[in-house]
Amino acid sequence: MKLLVCISNVPDTTTKVKFVDDNKKFDETGVQWVINPWDELSLTRALEMKDDPASGIKTVTIAHVGSATAEPTIRKALAIGADDAIRVNAVPADAYYVASQLAEVVRTEKFDLVMCGIESSDHNGSLVGGMLAELLDFPSVSAVSYLKIENGQAIINREIDGGKEIVSVPFPFVAIVQKGIAKEPRIAAMRGIMMARTKPIKVVEPVNIESFTEVTGFEMPKPRAACRFIDAENVKQLIEVLQNEAKVI
Amino acid sequence: MSVLVYTENWDGKFKKLSFELVSYASKVAEMLNTTATALSIGNVEEAELQKLGNFGVKKIIHARIDGLNILDNQAYTKTIADIATKEGATVLVLSNNNTGKALAPRLSVRLKAGIGSGVGKLPLGVDPFVVYKRAYSGNAFAHLTIKTPIRILTLAQNSFGLIEKNAGAALENLSVQVDGTLVKTTVKEVQKLTGKILLTDADIVVSGGRGMKSPDNWGPLVELADLLGAATACSRPVSDEGWRGHEEHTGQTGKIIAPILYIAIGISGATQHLAGVSSSKYIVAVNTDKDAPIFEAAQFGIVGDAQKVLPKLVEAVKEMKAR
Ligand SMILES: Cc1cc2nc3c(=O)[nH]c(=O)nc-3n(C[C@H](O)[C@H](O)[C@H](O)COP(=O)(O)OP(=O)(O)OC[C@H]3O[C@@H](n4cnc5c(N)ncnc54)[C@H](O)[C@@H]3O)c2cc1C
Repeated sequence: MKLLVCISNVPDTTTKVKFVDDNKKFDETGVQWVINPWDELSLTRALEMKDDPASGIKTVTIAHVGSATAEPTIRKALAIGADDAIRVNAVPADAYYVASQLAEVVRTEKFDLVMCGIESSDHNGSLVGGMLAELLDFPSVSAVSYLKIENGQAIINREIDGGKEIVSVPFPFVAIVQKGIAKEPRIAAMRGIMMARTKPIKVVEPVNIESFTEVTGFEMPKPRAACRFIDAENVKQLIEVLQNEAKVI
Repeated sequence: MSVLVYTENWDGKFKKLSFELVSYASKVAEMLNTTATALSIGNVEEAELQKLGNFGVKKIIHARIDGLNILDNQAYTKTIADIATKEGATVLVLSNNNTGKALAPRLSVRLKAGIGSGVGKLPLGVDPFVVYKRAYSGNAFAHLTIKTPIRILTLAQNSFGLIEKNAGAALENLSVQVDGTLVKTTVKEVQKLTGKILLTDADIVVSGGRGMKSPDNWGPLVELADLLGAATACSRPVSDEGWRGHEEHTGQTGKIIAPILYIAIGISGATQHLAGVSSSKYIVAVNTDKDAPIFEAAQFGIVGDAQKVLPKLVEAVKEMKAR
């Protein structure tokens, strides 16, 4: 069984977000790039499953659509334990563009299971996994908080509003994973970092795809009014303000 | 041309979010000088379906997929896409909840329709079609131009509100056949949380962080929530430690919520936490550290110890209710 983990390269979650070019472009100056948090958990679960021989997983491959500047992030994923990586050498224009490139990768390399994170922390789209599945005509399960492969069968928890369902779909499929899929992201050990240096990163050229959407500008959130402090000895006043001024309780 | 809005049901019932979606779709339709149609799939009684008509839609399509009573992404995608095509929909509206996230991207590919996901207000313009959406986990908003002739919008819950308008909706019943081989999902078990106000639905949320000190200290927080009819939530370390269930974890990697009132007790207000709650209308913070970043996001704050402040809040709410 061949598993593919799709990885997005995003600004570290503590980045002070700024824009340049008349608020049209994200300011990359000084930004630390990391594996998208959900993808990091996804990779962790993929490797945990591979550690279990009963899963039948032989390889865990990373796929990323992006320029060569993302190589440190890909190397990090390899250091954490992925076997090899494929980078589609293109600037990710939008979710549809990225999903179309990944679909080509899956068609060429024939993966049995594809894992995507439920969201990327930069564009907050929640789109690539579902689009990829539709492009490939694969089943997809979204909001996956648990995944296990046993006797060639996938056991999946999918979160629903107010609970969860235990579901199954046949291979090949796309699992769109969220919180709960792994407890803590796996950390690269020294040995992993050494080994990652020689693991292969295959670079492929993109297929020609027209994007559906385009970001034409950014805005910063409106600054909130300064906090009004209420004395800890006079807690009642808070309730009064919430009831009579804000009228929210 | 029309706007089609998919309204999910929960055991045959709609929720506030369904009516919010319909309100939103009706307003988008007005911007396009057209009308909105609501689509419901599954078993819903007529009286319940008619409720959708109170929020501006002109037509309600009630489709039943023969032999299907679970969410199968492929069967639902095909059904919704076929109906959208038949209706000549140029805009499709879904919720940005788990179901919307499962279906919208598949619909996008099938209908060759660009998506604005997690939108929180009406499009900024319709020609070109530009939407305003969350970006960088709430640290910014993007103007996204959708270039395709059909567009899909997924609405962030609690971001728009309800707009009542009775447009005299007509009800149409449809029976849909899907090829059995298309359905690939088997549901083996359903586990529901019962008797709890759902975090994503709640107007008021009371949330605890590591400053609560121990899982044994949650009593007064839960009591406060009960008195206010609020849902309970927590920061990530609290759910990671197992002090509270994972379904309560709020923030960038947990649930993204937008209640009217968010009360944060003993939460420092890390960027990743605020990413999930910054769309709340009001934030109230209780924290021992007057320099905690949560106070930068809050409108009202109390500098104080959670264990001392919480019982007083409970008392004050009881007094308010007794008045
Ligand atoms: C990739 C990534 C994703 C993340 N995603 C999330 C997420 O989704 N959600 C999330 O919450 N976090 C997330 N985090 C973690 C986040 O960075 C913070 O570590 C976390 O939010 C802190 O939780 P806290 O506020 O409960 O705890 P702390 O930061 O420890 O803060 C506790 C607060 O309690 C106050 N306090 C202490 N004692 C008392 C008392 N007796 N009474 C009142 N106040 C008191 C302290 O002053 C302090 O401000 C993420 C981190 C990373 C790296």
